[in-house]
Amino acid sequence: MSDPADLTISAAGALLRSGDLSAVELLEAVLRRASMTEAILHAFLTIDSAGASAAAAAADEAFAAGDDLGHLHGIPIALKDNMVTRGIETTCSSQILSGYIPPYDATVVERLKAAGAVIVGKTNMDEFAMGSSTENSAYGATRNPWDPDRVPGGSSGGSAAAVSAGSALAALGSDTGGSIRQPASLTGVVGMKPTYGLVSRYGLVAFASSLDQIGPLTRTVDDAVTVFEAIAGHDPSDATSYPGPVPDVRTALDGGVAGLRVGVVRELWGEGTDPEVAAVCRRAVDLLADAGALVSEVSLPSLEYALSAYYLIAPAECSSNLARFDGVRYGLRRAGSTVEEMMASSRHDGLGPEVTRRVLLGTYALSAGYYDAFYGQAQKVRTLVIRDFAAAYGDVDVLISPVSPTTAFKIGERTDDPLAMYLSDVCTIPSNLAGDPGISVPVGLDSGGLPIGLQVLAPALGEAVLFRVAKAVESLAGSDARPALATSEGAA
Amino acid sequence: MSAYDVVIGIETHVELRTASKMFCGCPVDFTAEPNTAVCPVCLGLPGALPVPNARAVEWTIALGSALGCDIAAESVFHRKNYFYADLPKNYQISQFDLPLCSDGKLDVEVDGVPTVVGITRVHMEEDTGKSTHMGAGGRITGSEGSLVDFNRSGVPLVEVVSEPDIKTPEQARAYATELREIVLSLGISDARLEEGSMRFDANISLRPPGQQELGVKVEVKNMNSLRSLQRALAYEIERQTKRLDADEPIEQATRHWEEESRRTAPGRSKEESSDYRYLREPDLIPVAVSRETIEAVGSGLPELPAARRSRYREMGLDFEAARLVSAGEGLGGLLEAAVAEGAGAASVANWLTGDVMAQIRSLGTPVEETPLTGARLAELVAMVDGGELSATAAKDVLAGVMAGEGEPRQIAEERDLMQITDSGFIEEAVDRVLAEHPDEVERLRGGDGRLTGFLVGMVMKATGGKADPRQVSEMIRSRAGA
Amino acid sequence: MPVDIDIAKVARLARIAITEEEAAEYGAQLGDILEHAARVQALPTDGVPPTAHPLPIANALRDDVIEPTLDREEVLAQAPERDGDFFKLPPFLEDS
Ligand SMILES: [Mg+2]
Ligand SMILES: [Zn+2]
Repeated sequence: MSDPADLTISAAGALLRSGDLSAVELLEAVLRRASMTEAILHAFLTIDSAGASAAAAAADEAFAAGDDLGHLHGIPIALKDNMVTRGIETTCSSQILSGYIPPYDATVVERLKAAGAVIVGKTNMDEFAMGSSTENSAYGATRNPWDPDRVPGGSSGGSAAAVSAGSALAALGSDTGGSIRQPASLTGVVGMKPTYGLVSRYGLVAFASSLDQIGPLTRTVDDAVTVFEAIAGHDPSDATSYPGPVPDVRTALDGGVAGLRVGVVRELWGEGTDPEVAAVCRRAVDLLADAGALVSEVSLPSLEYALSAYYLIAPAECSSNLARFDGVRYGLRRAGSTVEEMMASSRHDGLGPEVTRRVLLGTYALSAGYYDAFYGQAQKVRTLVIRDFAAAYGDVDVLISPVSPTTAFKIGERTDDPLAMYLSDVCTIPSNLAGDPGISVPVGLDSGGLPIGLQVLAPALGEAVLFRVAKAVESLAGSDARPALATSEGAA
Repeated sequence: MSAYDVVIGIETHVELRTASKMFCGCPVDFTAEPNTAVCPVCLGLPGALPVPNARAVEWTIALGSALGCDIAAESVFHRKNYFYADLPKNYQISQFDLPLCSDGKLDVEVDGVPTVVGITRVHMEEDTGKSTHMGAGGRITGSEGSLVDFNRSGVPLVEVVSEPDIKTPEQARAYATELREIVLSLGISDARLEEGSMRFDANISLRPPGQQELGVKVEVKNMNSLRSLQRALAYEIERQTKRLDADEPIEQATRHWEEESRRTAPGRSKEESSDYRYLREPDLIPVAVSRETIEAVGSGLPELPAARRSRYREMGLDFEAARLVSAGEGLGGLLEAAVAEGAGAASVANWLTGDVMAQIRSLGTPVEETPLTGARLAELVAMVDGGELSATAAKDVLAGVMAGEGEPRQIAEERDLMQITDSGFIEEAVDRVLAEHPDEVERLRGGDGRLTGFLVGMVMKATGGKADPRQVSEMIRSRAGA
Repeated sequence: MPVDIDIAKVARLARIAITEEEAAEYGAQLGDILEHAARVQALPTDGVPPTAHPLPIANALRDDVIEPTLDREEVLAQAPERDGDFFKLPPFLEDS
């Protein structure tokens, strides 16, 4: 490819090290692509040209001095706007954090900086990561590079669109119920949610703490491995961070699928699945079987209830997590004659409708008299989901399903129907409840030319087999198609 | 006192004097400039996460053990959700159904009558920031606005919840006093009531004798001394008794003790604030305590006030002296060291609870930091008991010791305060005084015993206070033939 | 059957001022969502313990050590209103 903006991390890394490309040139290509596409896509809330340029220049100096920080050194990466960045506005796409400048960096940001990555900017998202389309942004929706009339998915839609369009070589997203994997699927990139606790949440503005996990969006599985390795690992600042070693995901990466047991999850290929999505995913599974995978169908009956449980657990946690946005110490404040009035009107004006809906829902589910019937019961269903997964992983190494029941839908199509919107996460939610890793790999297009992703799921800390199968899927059934907007012609 | 059965339970909050806060590395420092002992965690900034302080966990176990609680092998944190401007996250991280310590007891005694107060639970939580209300003399009502300092936000708190086993304000005070002494003996808090590092909230209800169900519960707050705790409860009993006698309902409410007016006043009711929507804290994992740790903390506890008191009583101290000496401030150590040097426990205790305590108070330094040692105290007591030093002179010698002037005997000699037991010298002085006061001697002979004191005083003056008054008194009476 | 909710009370607990129209709209939407979510009640869960957290680990504690604090100016720069070294607020309604 002639435009460096379309390079993978590994290809760009080779050119940076051979001296055929400088980090500054790479960043310029990415910023050029952003300047061509942003007016349409609105993938970014903030582009930090100055900071990125300084980091790219520093990377070039380091390379010249023989000081190589590894795979991400000099690589332009975008961050979802719910990861705090010292000195750079962080809003979570919410009015209530308009103008908020954090005084510290999230652990993932520190780790990317330490690895020499070039932070391009902060990407658009559904407000506080609540949504599946990136339409719930107080600063305007993000559009899909494959079809600007369609959504990029969400809530990490800005990160997915940026990587898909070439405005960053990789991005970080967060996944609470599928918010990395679903937009990755809808924009034709690789999106991976690590095992709960493998990536520090310190500095990730919490949506639902027991479900949230940061992960990479990249163009290839190899690149996802690279970013995963840079951000994973124990962090003493996050008490829920896994204290053991990060799984070795490189050694067996190219091991293929021959002899691996692959379970096709019956409940996740249900009636709601678009026939074209089902067919493209089915074809990918057949290719795995042809390559020697032992494919069987498995059933996890409790998954029928996972969505319902999720829509009680996530709002309950969110109602508490978002209580801190009260106009006292930072962010938006509206006048009030008492502090209580000030808080209530600041929260009314600062939080958007979807966030308000979920805060109210969670407040209700936790309140006296309803707890046992709703939140308490949802936590028991969560136990059953975990048990079903554990039983399934007794028989198979990985589980397979579509990522999303449909391809990218039209902007505005589901905004008036919260339930329909929630249903787009039906395949991704179960692994958040279980805390297991999952990945979306592009496996083809529908007849309208929209990308389709296949989901691979593995047990907790099963990243090695997860990436290995994902890489086999990519090489056997992967799609090289690029969105029209990712070319200068398309953007012009 | 009241015609009704009184049921009182007490919730106590104790601020731990750890170096750093409960969930972050900010210093626990009440002297810091406003809003300087803060970080993303204790300010509730977006993205910040809590990590519990290991020492706070250990100290909570220590207090739980001292109160005879069961220590949970695994306990968890919950969020108590309520909006309050000095609570940065608008939830307090606390413990709910799985506290670290539960099911203990505390023995208290009022006028020699013992009572056992059950301890429901001892759990960990975090303190809030502090707001100052502008105008209206610092009160909330009528204030123009508030200023918030978050330095106190996140300071470790231990909450001790008693069973409703307390029946009188005196028992409440005894409970609070004993709990405070335990906290002090463990060295886990300054436990200063006036400064709020130990805070008592009392729940009180009254019911007609024989009635099974509890009466309406009133919560009383803002008592910043042990005396106010007792007074506030006495006031509430009287107030509620009057209402019940008049068939007026008791409103379930929080009432604040007002020290100046000596009454409780209702706080404005917080609508629905009691719906705390407790949520298992998803940012924290359980605290697991091994059996070895529980045993190590239990066996590493210092001697507790009750045990020390009974040991002192066995040594010969009366109840009050035992209480005062064991109540801390380093007096117990002095008693034991002095007794080890051969001094009598009761005499030493007299000195400790009298002059030593008075001098420590006026000096304002802990006794450990003064030059007073057990050996010096023993020497002083021996000199007095042996008639070498008068009680008055001994006070001066003690002051000298405290001022670092050296050993008691040396100070007494340097200040020329040693009593003179040489009877020849004293006889001479007595004879002189009797000769100079013939009228008084005459009246003494006539049976007016009050004159002895006068004449002894004159002899003491003549000898520069160095004579033993008892010896002088005897000599006067025999010389005068009275 | 949609779940009936006292939305005004819930909004008060959540400290969000909502208008009557908003209350009606949110009330209806939440009713629909809860009707769907109530499906969790259909699953028999006798003897099933709740899961609050997916990671079965315990004891992430920190040593009692003082770490650097934030610069006060950086902190107060984000305050919607400040007064000297303090965060400034309208008066409190309630007693603490
Ligand atoms: Mg408490
Ligand atoms: Zn702090």
